[in-house]
Amino acid sequence: MADERNFELQIITPDRVFWSGEAFMLELNTSEGEVGIYKRHIPMTMIIEPGILKIHKDGELLEAAVHAGFIEILQDKITVMAEIAEWPDEIDANRAHEAEQRAVRRIQAHDPKIDISRAEIALRKALVRQKAAQLRG
Amino acid sequence: MASMRDIKRRRSSIASTQQITKAMKLVSTVKLQKTKARAERSKPYFDKMYATVTSMLAKSGTIEHPYLKPQDSKKKAVIMITSNRGLAGGYNSNVIKVLTGSSLAKEDVVLYSVGHKGREHLLRKGYQEAKDYSEAIENPMFHDAKEICQDVLNSYAAGEVGEIYVAYTYFKNTVVHEPTLLKLLPVEIDEADVEAAKDNILMNYEPEAEEALDVIIPKYITSIVYGALVESVASENGARMQAMDSATSNAEEMISKLTLQYNRARQGSITQELTEIIAGAEAIS
Repeated sequence: MADERNFELQIITPDRVFWSGEAFMLELNTSEGEVGIYKRHIPMTMIIEPGILKIHKDGELLEAAVHAGFIEILQDKITVMAEIAEWPDEIDANRAHEAEQRAVRRIQAHDPKIDISRAEIALRKALVRQKAAQLRG
Repeated sequence: MASMRDIKRRRSSIASTQQITKAMKLVSTVKLQKTKARAERSKPYFDKMYATVTSMLAKSGTIEHPYLKPQDSKKKAVIMITSNRGLAGGYNSNVIKVLTGSSLAKEDVVLYSVGHKGREHLLRKGYQEAKDYSEAIENPMFHDAKEICQDVLNSYAAGEVGEIYVAYTYFKNTVVHEPTLLKLLPVEIDEADVEAAKDNILMNYEPEAEEALDVIIPKYITSIVYGALVESVASENGARMQAMDSATSNAEEMISKLTLQYNRARQGSITQELTEIIAGAEAIS
């Protein structure tokens, strides 16, 4: 039986419908901080920041890494428009580690030609990816 | 009349061309299936993106934002999406025609080209180019679209260009591909859609709508460009498949015509030989 307290959740990326189904609660990182959303939240649009997205569903917990995008919250339907979304087992931890090193070096280089904010985003993505990769069971 | 040997040679050359076109048709059929599936998979993202941006603009129609009002510069950036390879029928020339046939003056256009074919043609015609991204068309990634958009939006923000367009081929279905010139910035959204969106429940924005718009509009543009890339690739393979299909059937037709000619010529020469022998025998007796 479908739980009364569940809402409809869709996570869409440019390449595929990443996940779609019913969920009890959704947690993710936005530009305003980390949020957890239940059903009957007020309608809202928020900007996603790199972080771990958690789907709570029937006592189960699904986790994935999302970077950039936005989320649209309606009373009983939530749509996550993620530019990139990955399950932990899709992430290459070594590559993420290398990306982290690269980003750190770029930030420390103090080279005026390097776009610091871009390097910072890259660093955050790399950290989120590594964190997500550790969740692999 | 051509000699038997000439006809035979011509026929075998056409037969080998036919083999090539047949193989190319098979290859592009497979590629079409792959790219078509990809275009379809990415559809939900764009539909949602369009709906969101429309409803945002419906509620924030009065705000002053550089992305929403025309800029001073007369220059127009055009993201031109064609293919790197030819033999795709009218695919490339149709996209080129849609740009050259539009109201945009040649002097005002700044090209951001994806695909060698359109690029070479337009540069020869004297169009200006800002940057070339032709590698991206082989296998368009979202990242490529992002890179293109970043460059175009930067020059828009710097006031170098006043409007942004994208010229690509819309993949309606396997047989219908429409070359399209689409205006990206300043954003123009269907009034009817805006009206429809107004009836929805009141949406809150965090951060404020203006700030959110700053982030979401570039994402919107990127998603359109990515969609245009993916659809163009599907159209390219569709167009190539059709072109190769008709080339193969044309070759078939030519072969059967030549076979008929060959047989006639063969028969003619046998008849002639016979007449000669008979005439010779009669002369002796």
